[in-house]
Amino acid sequence: MNGSDAAVRVDMRPMSGQPKSSSRFWHLPGDFLFHQAAVLAAFLAAAALFATVIAIAYDSRISIEAFGIWKFLKSSEWNPVTQTFGAFPFIIGTLVSSAIAMILAVPISFGVAVFISEIAPVWIKKPVAGAIELLAAIPSIVYGLWGLLVFAPVFGQMEPWVSHYLGAIPGIGLLFQGPPVGIGMLTAGIVLAIMILPYISSIMRDVFIAVPAPLRESSYAMGATTWEVAWQIILPYTRSAVIGGVFLGLGRALGETMAVTFVIGNSNVLSASLLMPSATIPSVLANEFTEATTPLYLSSLIYLGLILIAVTLVVRFLAVLLIRRLGRREGTAT
Amino acid sequence: MSPNQSQGTSAVKIPVPAKAASAERTDGELEAAVKIAVSDLNFYYGRFHAIKNVSVQIRENRVTAFIGPSGCGKSTLLRILNRMYDLYPGQRAEGGVTLDGEDILGPKSLANLRSKVGMVFQKPTPFPMSIYENIAFGIRLYERPSRSEMDERVRLALTKASLWDEVKDKLSQSAVRLSGGQQQRLCIARALAIGPEVLLLDEPCSALDPVSTAKIEELWYELKRSCTLVVVTHNMQQAARASDYTAFMLDGSLVEFSETSKLFTTPTDPRTEAYITGRFG
Repeated sequence: MNGSDAAVRVDMRPMSGQPKSSSRFWHLPGDFLFHQAAVLAAFLAAAALFATVIAIAYDSRISIEAFGIWKFLKSSEWNPVTQTFGAFPFIIGTLVSSAIAMILAVPISFGVAVFISEIAPVWIKKPVAGAIELLAAIPSIVYGLWGLLVFAPVFGQMEPWVSHYLGAIPGIGLLFQGPPVGIGMLTAGIVLAIMILPYISSIMRDVFIAVPAPLRESSYAMGATTWEVAWQIILPYTRSAVIGGVFLGLGRALGETMAVTFVIGNSNVLSASLLMPSATIPSVLANEFTEATTPLYLSSLIYLGLILIAVTLVVRFLAVLLIRRLGRREGTAT
Repeated sequence: MSPNQSQGTSAVKIPVPAKAASAERTDGELEAAVKIAVSDLNFYYGRFHAIKNVSVQIRENRVTAFIGPSGCGKSTLLRILNRMYDLYPGQRAEGGVTLDGEDILGPKSLANLRSKVGMVFQKPTPFPMSIYENIAFGIRLYERPSRSEMDERVRLALTKASLWDEVKDKLSQSAVRLSGGQQQRLCIARALAIGPEVLLLDEPCSALDPVSTAKIEELWYELKRSCTLVVVTHNMQQAARASDYTAFMLDGSLVEFSETSKLFTTPTDPRTEAYITGRFG
């Protein structure tokens, strides 16, 4: 997309056509103050991020000294009794639960966005869009309660069926073993998917609607169906914005705490099965922070937080890289 | 008038009542068959009555131009011929439009209609993909030719749109990088690739420079051997020099329709005369 080209060019020059010097006189100090305030605000935001990272890194120094970086990352043992800590199960839990959420939420969001922008009659567009955006207004603790009290029992009823059929498939069957308890990695992923759906779908919808009418019409004029237009024309045209939206959703999924803590089962033991209880970095922080009685325990938890920041930054970096690469391939990189 | 005397070979398929106009013709051309017949057509954007009782016959292998001031309904009429209006709720057409005698306003396969009636828009609309893929996209909607056959079809379409020589070495490059005139010819090539019988051109040159415009007008002479062209244009000189028939529309009504030479030299309606002599519009 040539977003930057299309952007409205704001005239930044001073208003030369204003002969009244008195109004200029009064405008100048205001402009100066506004300029300084904007710079200060931008600087403060950057400084806050920087300070957070430094403070967290500083507070995790005891754990870093005890376990190092590599050993902490790959160790699966998290045992407060023996004071040995390793982040591996939580990193995997965070990545896998978010991956499940993305696998479910991205296609559904695409469907929602195509429905609203291409298919739905006018009278139904607003209600559907509004209802989906309301999902974003529900506090995450409510999702947690709903997941634990409503969804997990229902899902627990379905799990024997899931492990009977999907569990019988060689290879991926390993992902669907275990007792039907209702809570676990898969439940967390599904609840996360519902939570990030509004973010991804509303961004997709906005950029789909903004596709120029002539481009859409000329695709239809070739005799293309709605699916062909959406998949082969609109999606490539809006690709960088769509990827941005997807990674925004991923960022939220990685950091989601309360809802996940409620439904993931909080097991520090890594299991191959998605039906088994697991834990993510945010969920273990929420669960164990109040129990962390020793400096090493507390420091290890903060160390986990540092890793979460690193994971999020890496994801963001990959998103930017992906958008640049695709943009270059299309010859539309700005 | 058309330099192609060979056009006379296009046989009359549907009996057309001989008009007085045809008797005046001196170039020896036979009256061409009616490709699209519009009869008592009315069109509404919601409550707005955009086209009022228009009847017009568009002849095979000819260029028919629609002229008139902005908002007269000429683009609207064009968009009825491939049912583009179907995309938008609240827009509806009443009356009869037939393509080769078959009604096109009824509930029929739109893909089928649009494979026969291609369209090129005012602004070039290259798809966000390579030059090659822009052409292949349309072909793949209808068939799955082998790689070598697809290469040949792409080459043929680009050649027909006289773009091949300019792009043959950069087919995998993004179509968005082409110049405006090249993009517009790419759009024509794209429409031609699926072998349309009719090509609708909605002010195809209004975003182009004079050189690109001349290239596209030259193209029409080639294209009408195999295609029926319907052109909406703001540019009266363009209609006068490059079309065979001209229709003048005003406020949603068809004021006058006849051979281009006749309409521009001896218009029968005073409003036509006023428009082409620049007294309004």
